[in-house]
Amino acid sequence: MTDFAEIKLSNAQIAWRAAQDIEDGAYVNLGIGFPEMVAQYQVEGREAIYHTENGVLNFGAAPAEGEEDWDLINAGKKAITLKDGAAFFHHADSFAMVRGGHLDVAILGAFQVAQNGDLANWSTGKGVPAVGGAMDLVHGAKRVAVVTDHVTKKGDPKLVAECTMPLTGVGCVTRVYTSLAVIDIEDGHFVLREKLPQISLEELQAVTGGELKVQGTVADLIVPEL
Amino acid sequence: MDKSCASAAEAVACIPDGATVMIGGFGGSGGPIELIHALIDKGAKNLTVINNNAGNGDVGLAAMIREDMVGKLICSFPKSKDPRAFTERYLDGKIELELVPQGTLAERIRAGGAGIPAFYTPTSYGTDLAKGKPVGDFDGRSYVQERWLKADFALVKGELGDPMGNMTYRLAARNFNPLMCMAARHTIAQVTKLVPAGGIDPEQVITPGIFVNSIVEIANPQQEEVLNREGAVYP
Repeated sequence: MTDFAEIKLSNAQIAWRAAQDIEDGAYVNLGIGFPEMVAQYQVEGREAIYHTENGVLNFGAAPAEGEEDWDLINAGKKAITLKDGAAFFHHADSFAMVRGGHLDVAILGAFQVAQNGDLANWSTGKGVPAVGGAMDLVHGAKRVAVVTDHVTKKGDPKLVAECTMPLTGVGCVTRVYTSLAVIDIEDGHFVLREKLPQISLEELQAVTGGELKVQGTVADLIVPEL
Repeated sequence: MDKSCASAAEAVACIPDGATVMIGGFGGSGGPIELIHALIDKGAKNLTVINNNAGNGDVGLAAMIREDMVGKLICSFPKSKDPRAFTERYLDGKIELELVPQGTLAERIRAGGAGIPAFYTPTSYGTDLAKGKPVGDFDGRSYVQERWLKADFALVKGELGDPMGNMTYRLAARNFNPLMCMAARHTIAQVTKLVPAGGIDPEQVITPGIFVNSIVEIANPQQEEVLNREGAVYP
């Protein structure tokens, strides 16, 4: 049995792989936390326009410490900067961009993704419930992708036949970038597109909660050291 | 026409116990801190507050909650760096929470201001937050019916304002503020600079004065994030 802990991709590497699929000129929303790392690995020569729920298009990296203007933040309440061509708008316009199908890509984190594209990423069912924009973001973007470890800290599959945690959205995820593989969701199935070359299909299936279908060839998932 | 008001205290004096109050802002950005603090000074009980969050630290909305002024909160994300005031009361069953997805919250407020009693949205379909709500199918997809949100009062923060109530906003401090101006029966705005009518280029007006009832200049307004970083406590 391969030791996955030794070979699995880091969060930075998962973010790098997700960034390779963002086309030049795409309008993109990155979920708070881990998905925000995708912006750091934008492919050279391509320009993505980032959207944040609280009403900014075309924001850039965080300002230097001490240079923050706290009226200029992202949905994660972190200070941001503006790029040339940025725009401000109110919350209803912001979510019109989301639900109205105007975003090209939304990239989110996940507790669980089911083989039919159901996503659970907002609630563990304990403590104070908080949803923010998660339930809106899974609807409307042309592609809804997830970046995640392939398994939980306990080793349980995060890609499952059916979600057992509270749902964020039904049938919404189109692609999952994990620490071991790239998997599309098509017609209610996980379709394996890429996997780490050190892992066999059987080993990957053993840590995946739904059946992995193979259509044609499975490419090697090759990511640089970061 | 002159909607200007001499002080924050005077502007919020009309807010009674039991009122529904929309408060603009998103996290530490765009919250009308001086109006909130004036309301704390005045005192009011059993308010229903509509805001994206549940306050942070010991100022603004968090301080209102700590002072037990809020009986019910309608929001999307009642978590922050320091959400103690809300969390303690929520877990003790002392404050009611209506959790609303952020885009649905914005659209419900917009609908309230626009005279649209209900609408259908894909958001929350098939989830716990859609339980008990009517569902409709349109062009082969399922949508959840959501109702408008209106309020007795809105407390908002703008950048430039004039006595007609016209306003602009600073950077991303716009967020929920323009929507809430529309959805309240009586909107109270604080602005950093009050200019004479004609002092704002009409092409730059974001909130037209028809949506604003009372406007007060608060020069050099406090900013929630900055106050929290300083460890400020109000009162």
